[in-house]
Amino acid sequence: MGSPKKNEVLLEIKDLRIEGYADEEWIEIVHGIDLTLHRGEVMGLIGESGAGKSTIGLAAMGFARDGCRISGGSVEFDGMELTTTPKADLRALRGSRIAYVAQSAAASFNPAQKLIDQHTEAPVHYRMKKRLEAQEDAMELYERLRLPNPTEIGFRYPHQVSGGQLQRAMTAMAMACRPDLIIFDEPTTALDVTTQIEVLAAIRDIVDQFNTAAIYITHDLAVVAQMADTIKVLLKGNEVEEASTVEMLENPREDYTKSLWAVRSFKREQRARPTDATQPIISVEHIDASYGNSDVKVLDDVSFDIYPGMTVAVVGESGSGKSTTARCITGLLPPTAGRILFDGQELPARYQDRSKEQLRQVQMIYQIADTALNPQMRIGDIIGRPAEFYGNLRGGALKNRVDELLDLIELEPSKFYYRYPSELSGGQKQRIGIARALAADPRMIICDEVTSALDQLVAEGILKLLDRLQEELDLAYMFITHDLATVRSIADEVVVMKQGKVVEQGPKDEMFTPPHHPYTDLLLSSVPEMDPNWLTALLEERGVDNIGEAADTGKSALKPGE
Amino acid sequence: MSMFVVGYYALLIAAACAAAYFKQRSAFVVLFSLTLISFVVGIIGGQSALWTITVGAGILALAAGTSYAWREFLVILADTNIGKTLTGNQLTYSTIIGVLLIGVLLSYWMSWGVTEYLVALLIVIVAASMLNHESAKALRTAPLTASFGMFVVFTYAVMGIFAPLIAPYGQAEVVTQAFAPADENLLLGADQLGRDMFSRVVFGARNSVGLALAATVLAFTMGAIAGLFAATRGGWLDQVIGRIADIIMSVPSLIFALLMLSIFGTNLIVVVVVVAVIYSPRVFRLTRAVAGNVVVMDYIEAARLRGEKTWYLIRKEILPNCTAPLIAEFGLEFCFVFLLVAGLSFLGLGIQPPTADWGSMVRENATLISFGEITPLIPAAAIALLTVAVNFVVDWMLYRSSGLKE
Amino acid sequence: MSGVLGIVLKRLGLGLLTLLIISILIFFAVELLPGDIAQAVLGQGATEETVNAMRQQLGLDRPAPVRYLEWLAGAVQGDFGVSLISGNSVGNVIGPRFLNTLFLAGYAALIAVPISIILGVIVALLRNSLFDRVANVMTLTSISSPEFFLGYILILYFSVQWDMFPSLASLGPDISIGEYLYRAFLPALTMVLVVTAHMMRMTRAAIINLLASPYIEMARLKGTPAWKVIVFHALPNAWAPIINVVALNLAYLITGVVLVEVVFVYPGIGQLLVDAVSKRDFPIVQACCLIFAATFILLNLTADVGAILTNPRLRHPK
Repeated sequence: MGSPKKNEVLLEIKDLRIEGYADEEWIEIVHGIDLTLHRGEVMGLIGESGAGKSTIGLAAMGFARDGCRISGGSVEFDGMELTTTPKADLRALRGSRIAYVAQSAAASFNPAQKLIDQHTEAPVHYRMKKRLEAQEDAMELYERLRLPNPTEIGFRYPHQVSGGQLQRAMTAMAMACRPDLIIFDEPTTALDVTTQIEVLAAIRDIVDQFNTAAIYITHDLAVVAQMADTIKVLLKGNEVEEASTVEMLENPREDYTKSLWAVRSFKREQRARPTDATQPIISVEHIDASYGNSDVKVLDDVSFDIYPGMTVAVVGESGSGKSTTARCITGLLPPTAGRILFDGQELPARYQDRSKEQLRQVQMIYQIADTALNPQMRIGDIIGRPAEFYGNLRGGALKNRVDELLDLIELEPSKFYYRYPSELSGGQKQRIGIARALAADPRMIICDEVTSALDQLVAEGILKLLDRLQEELDLAYMFITHDLATVRSIADEVVVMKQGKVVEQGPKDEMFTPPHHPYTDLLLSSVPEMDPNWLTALLEERGVDNIGEAADTGKSALKPGE
Repeated sequence: MSMFVVGYYALLIAAACAAAYFKQRSAFVVLFSLTLISFVVGIIGGQSALWTITVGAGILALAAGTSYAWREFLVILADTNIGKTLTGNQLTYSTIIGVLLIGVLLSYWMSWGVTEYLVALLIVIVAASMLNHESAKALRTAPLTASFGMFVVFTYAVMGIFAPLIAPYGQAEVVTQAFAPADENLLLGADQLGRDMFSRVVFGARNSVGLALAATVLAFTMGAIAGLFAATRGGWLDQVIGRIADIIMSVPSLIFALLMLSIFGTNLIVVVVVVAVIYSPRVFRLTRAVAGNVVVMDYIEAARLRGEKTWYLIRKEILPNCTAPLIAEFGLEFCFVFLLVAGLSFLGLGIQPPTADWGSMVRENATLISFGEITPLIPAAAIALLTVAVNFVVDWMLYRSSGLKE
Repeated sequence: MSGVLGIVLKRLGLGLLTLLIISILIFFAVELLPGDIAQAVLGQGATEETVNAMRQQLGLDRPAPVRYLEWLAGAVQGDFGVSLISGNSVGNVIGPRFLNTLFLAGYAALIAVPISIILGVIVALLRNSLFDRVANVMTLTSISSPEFFLGYILILYFSVQWDMFPSLASLGPDISIGEYLYRAFLPALTMVLVVTAHMMRMTRAAIINLLASPYIEMARLKGTPAWKVIVFHALPNAWAPIINVVALNLAYLITGVVLVEVVFVYPGIGQLLVDAVSKRDFPIVQACCLIFAATFILLNLTADVGAILTNPRLRHPK
């Protein structure tokens, strides 16, 4: 940073308008965005899904996806007007001066070619380097990005390399021609928190070293706080506000931005287990499970209890077995060993063998409300079915029950009863999912990542609703999540899982105060925080080699590049 | 050079210039390339070749005009939102359909002579129930090919249903000597036994299409039910049905049909059943795939965990979410079945004489081809036209359901 | 590579098993005849003695599974028994005709495959253009037309009106290869028309499907020129779908050949089959069906094995 060229304007977007083709007409999805980016500057574009972040990012390359078109405004890159530049010249810019890093590296690498061949394609094509030079350069970049075996890894095919490594290899590929600008389109969204850190650190380092300007697109505030010099907040194709990272975090001006920052403030009193002889409502005892006929254990000796009226959060990264545990409890996946008790009674392993009454007691709320509600059914029928099925309610009684449930989830019954799910917003759909679970009048609800697909403000509304319902109806929750902020706000007890095993469990307060189990520690410390210096501090504390996969497996990686 | 040739080129060039002036790029390219092609064709083939092009262009223009008018007509009908009114009360609607169906069957058995009208009424009501604001929106952007397809299907339906009223003679009635040429009484001439070709073509619409439709409905019912059950139940049932489908599909369809017909004879019911068995695995695979994408949805899991029975799952949760691809597949399937049945008839193994049937009519009159007569091509063209029409409509539906991505 | 070999062998085994099941199906379908073969062939009027004599001759007194095994063993060596009508060896009747059919299908394939794949790729690249739409309408029309419709149109114009090619594909024993190609031109062209349309559409769909993948967008965003995107990024991944398209359509040719042979009176196995079906000459029907089915299965097998061999994930295991 601090290069003399820093103040020179590299990219200037004025009044950019983009239209998308949907339902047989063109609809404007980006409504006049201005953006100024200087050399060496990293700008974070942040916004919720549908805010038009990726579309704007691609437009900065003069590119519009099929079904999109730039309908107005100007994009000026280093004195060139990209909206009017001929296609051939525009193409010559891509890869050489503006590069792109896609969200899913696994899908964005050509499966039929070796990494290094894809890496060297652009520099060789632009005659910047000879093939061998380009390969050597690639290896150097791999080393700087701290990929293991930098001299060898490039000669592998994409499917032979892990997700976090692929994402770094893609960053290396973007660097191949030493571009002036790189567009990062949610590069770490698909990764686990522990893997995310190493990629973030690598990206930040290399962008710094080459003084490359970058547009960093993400929906995660804490991530963007680590990466960007300035932050621009978008909402539905409009700009909300723009400010330097520090200022944005300390005093946001607009209400929308403030609400984004405020989300993590919700916190509930922690409850303790009942001291009398109350039995746990669900008791998981030493269960093992595996998929199909394979011998690989997805769950290995998992045990925990859930007491009535309490919230137990099960946390872990993808593949840790937390959702599998839920499948065992609901009976979708019969465990190969161990048993599950409900109120002291053993539950049959398969849901097909359970009685209607047993099925009624445990209900589920799903992560993605879109797939959890039948798009061809009216809201009234979706919520009414469990009441009809378990409670044998008919006609007027059924209608009253549905109205009561809609009131409970704070939706106006007369407005929503005859609607279809597609006519509802994401948060409303999730509320319908909750109402359907409540309609069965259960004693326990399993919440599978219920807030992770939602925008943060909406997510908080859902958490508050769940909390209120717990008070009113004395429900027990099993809360599956990878988001520790959610855990902090709602859980009473925490179960940490890793690779099918329970690593640690206990009341929330104990879990969040050291000393931890090393994995819990890793997991906790890997979650990005709003503090812009968090990553720097963490790297200093742990050392660059001791993060992500390297720290996880405990084996030491290569020596640092510098 | 005759006036025709001069006029021909003058018109083409004028039209091309007009297109260029009004910046209609694609129209200009078409017109001007047609001009260039005409130069070459005119030099080689002379005036008659240019005539052929003119007639061809005229027919195309006529077809395009008809399709355009038909589409606008449908849009206006759909804008009345009559379908919404009709299907507003599910119970009334299904009662009307049920009563009509029973009426059709009764009328057919008792020979009341009103079967044609009842069938027509039934079809009109079902078609009208699809006319609502949503279909109006879809129709407005429908390509002309799709509208052409719908028009042809409509024409064939009228022809098939009212065949006895349209055809001047009976299908087996010998009215003149063999291969009599066309005149004002015999619009298309006579066939090898002296029967009226036009009447036989009209009756063929009822017989050939009816047979193919029956086979398609049977194939579809078997395949779709098997597919839905396989997807919902999974496990060994899925495996077993899947393997059976694989085996049926690993024999070429025509060969399979020939084998079966050689054994069971060429009775109509045998033809329908054999053809249905041959094509149901295709429907099964598609339904299995479509329903397979639905059963992994969380709302199905939720319904299962609620303790719902398989039949409820299929009826309420799965089927309503697979209708669009299944309707398109029905059209495609009809085309395959229709072509197979036509092929069998052509080989003399389908509908047996004297019943009029397009496939066998081609074969019976095939010798006329060597005299330069197009008589045998007429029933063949009738087959091709209907298949093309259905394919046009299906193509449009598939394009729409693919989310216009491409 | 052992992983790939294992998968290929498994697939081959599955193909063989399918063929075996099909052969059982073909053999025992005939057993479903009301009465038995002898009764069915000789008809109601036949006396008990003649029927019994025929049963003796066909060995119907022995149990069906035994006869099946004998039939299968013979079939593997090319011996399919004797015709019920003429008494000739089925193998001898079928042999030369099968070669004729293979020749016709090969002839059509040689013309159709390159043309349709090239056109299919072009149409995919020019998608949604005027050319694409016209091609779409034309291919749909071609697919929708029964083979005999196309065949007779070709006869009407090329043979009757313009007198360019013969309408009957009569093949003598000693004609030159050029003459052979000339006489078989119209039947081959008929099949080319249908198959090209099918193949073009499938190739187009496969390529468009491929062009929608993120790595193609990535290649474009790297500034790779359009032709390089196609040659280096799309094509290496397109082999599997293209092999699939070709094999499927060759298999389709095998069926289409029956109707075309009848239209042009071409002395191939398809025509033989149709004749045998109407005369109820079961040994010939069974032999023809088995040959058609085997070819069909073989081609599908080739497609699957091709797809396995060109899959980079399988070729370069972890």
